[in-house]
Amino acid sequence: MLHIVKKDLPKTREKIVVRLSAVVAALAFASIIVLVAGANPIELYIGIVQGCFGSVYRFAATIEKMVPLLVLSLGVMVAFKMRFWNIGAEGQFLMGAVGTTLVVRLLPNLPLPLMLLLMIVVSFAFGAIWLIVPAFFKARFGTNETLFTLMLNYIALTLVTALQYDFWKDPAASGMPKIANLPPNALLPSASGFNLSILMAVIIVLAMYYFMNRSKIGFEIAVLGESENTARYIGINVTKTIIIAALVSGGLCGVVGMMQTTGVSGALSTQITGGLGFTAIIVAWLSGLKVPFVVVNSFAFAVLLQGASYIQTAFQIPGSVAEMIQAIILFFILGSEFVLQYRFVSDKTKSEVA
Amino acid sequence: MEFIFFLTAAVKAGTCLLYATLGEIISEKVGHLNLGVEGMMQMGAVVGFIAGFTFGNPYVAVICAAIAGAAGALIYGFLTISLKANQVVTGLTLSIFGVGFAAFFGKNFVGKKVPEAITTFFAPVKLPVLGDIPYIGQIFFNQSVYVYFSYFLVLAIYIYLYKTKWGLNTRMVGENPVAADASGIPVDKYKYFNIALCGALCGLGGAFLSLVYISIYPVNVVSGRGWIAVALVIFAMWNPGKALLGAYFFGALDIASFWLQQYTLPVSIYLFTALPYLATVFVLIFTSMRKSSNKKEPAWLGRNYFKEDR
Repeated sequence: MLHIVKKDLPKTREKIVVRLSAVVAALAFASIIVLVAGANPIELYIGIVQGCFGSVYRFAATIEKMVPLLVLSLGVMVAFKMRFWNIGAEGQFLMGAVGTTLVVRLLPNLPLPLMLLLMIVVSFAFGAIWLIVPAFFKARFGTNETLFTLMLNYIALTLVTALQYDFWKDPAASGMPKIANLPPNALLPSASGFNLSILMAVIIVLAMYYFMNRSKIGFEIAVLGESENTARYIGINVTKTIIIAALVSGGLCGVVGMMQTTGVSGALSTQITGGLGFTAIIVAWLSGLKVPFVVVNSFAFAVLLQGASYIQTAFQIPGSVAEMIQAIILFFILGSEFVLQYRFVSDKTKSEVA
Repeated sequence: MEFIFFLTAAVKAGTCLLYATLGEIISEKVGHLNLGVEGMMQMGAVVGFIAGFTFGNPYVAVICAAIAGAAGALIYGFLTISLKANQVVTGLTLSIFGVGFAAFFGKNFVGKKVPEAITTFFAPVKLPVLGDIPYIGQIFFNQSVYVYFSYFLVLAIYIYLYKTKWGLNTRMVGENPVAADASGIPVDKYKYFNIALCGALCGLGGAFLSLVYISIYPVNVVSGRGWIAVALVIFAMWNPGKALLGAYFFGALDIASFWLQQYTLPVSIYLFTALPYLATVFVLIFTSMRKSSNKKEPAWLGRNYFKEDR
């Protein structure tokens, strides 16, 4: 009989080899679907690479897709580190975008630097509130945060729907249900397709690296994630730590709402998240909740997303194919984790191991 | 009279939610939070429609839909049970997959009509005796066979979970797989069976939409109802009977947001769609405040079971 036993922590090199093999296997499998869709898989995969790196403009588009994903992933990572399943990044993102738009509506004439600064603060606060509420109930009553944050996504979405179709509907859009575009003094400055949110992302990455690995509160979050009893025993204030982690986690996701509204879409809409809040959960998880890997994986996913939108136009392949390929790659990577964490032993060798 | 029509429509609208919710209850009872409900419903909806459109046979359509949903669930099952992958992440991925799957295979069927043979088979039938009860008869017993089957399922699943040995074992696996394993229950077999059943039910819920609820196949037939089903499981406190009531309540809210559009209201009609989620949040909070364990989620929900060597 074969048994499964837990392995020692795998080395980084082994991880990379296993992950890459999983991606290759997934692409081979996904080729079947590509063939059904009537395209040549090899050409299609080359097309994805060209769509991401083929020109400065396309590379800028790749980076533009990476930035929100990266910051969202860092956001959920903080909560995950504490074993707090924040799957509400979508909602926090939306609320951040709502806060951003609210600033412009209340104070439309602020000068650009002041406007951006205020937007960052307000979007952070809006996103943070959207996570502090479930965090409070988790700390106080043990309310299931996975389900709570999931529900808050849809509550945020209906709020944005109501804003878009009723309260903030642009009267100048001739009946189209949309919210008015932001004025020029509320848009992130950009140059040849690269906008200021890249700089924000770099600062956030450095700050988060410090926060998670060097700061006292980062350490407390990690201890709390390992064991609540240990945390209490060494005198960590559990409720306070949960609330602070929720503040940072939700706040970062909220700031993404600001970056996307002012830097990419130019207006709040129900479509603004594009499901990135869910993708970020997958990115953070696959990165083992480590900042450098989050950066690498966000880039890898951005390549997939940008490549997907490129092949849609270049190969006339429906976007749904790209969605399926993405899911298949994820299935394979999730499955490959098993190889990294467990190994098989037969009954004979078992006694030697013990 | 208008109100009776409204309630009849609410039962119809709630039925797709009921199927998916019953499925997710079974999955969560065995300790697996499957956030792929939306994906499995989408797979069931598209496969059910294609099979129905191609063969014109309602039985074939419904069986294919159930198989498609179960197939989706088995991907999730294999990854989370055998390969111990994270349940939340795997479930979300299944949803992405299912949405893509349905959009891709359904693309050539958008705008096509459900065949006559199927529409007539699933047309409302008034039941003898029960259908003559004033009000109740019109609301509950003048419906499609697809709706009647869901009544039967509620009862069957209730009996399965609470009155049979298998149901007891299922709940034990969800509450404490270590103890279940120690007492000789084949934990993985129970998990696979219940997860596959969950998928089949979600597939049936999706196919209800594409075969009964609509007459022309739209671009996205499920459009987020899977997430409402996830909410409903909590709202129903993991109880099949309450799932029935909850599904019709959520169905009524769904219908109400259309129905109320004829009146001028002081609040935005779009805020109505948030009610199912708000109600769920309140249930979630109240059940966690009250410490009674039979109204809470299964203790091992979301955690995988790894059998350590002894």
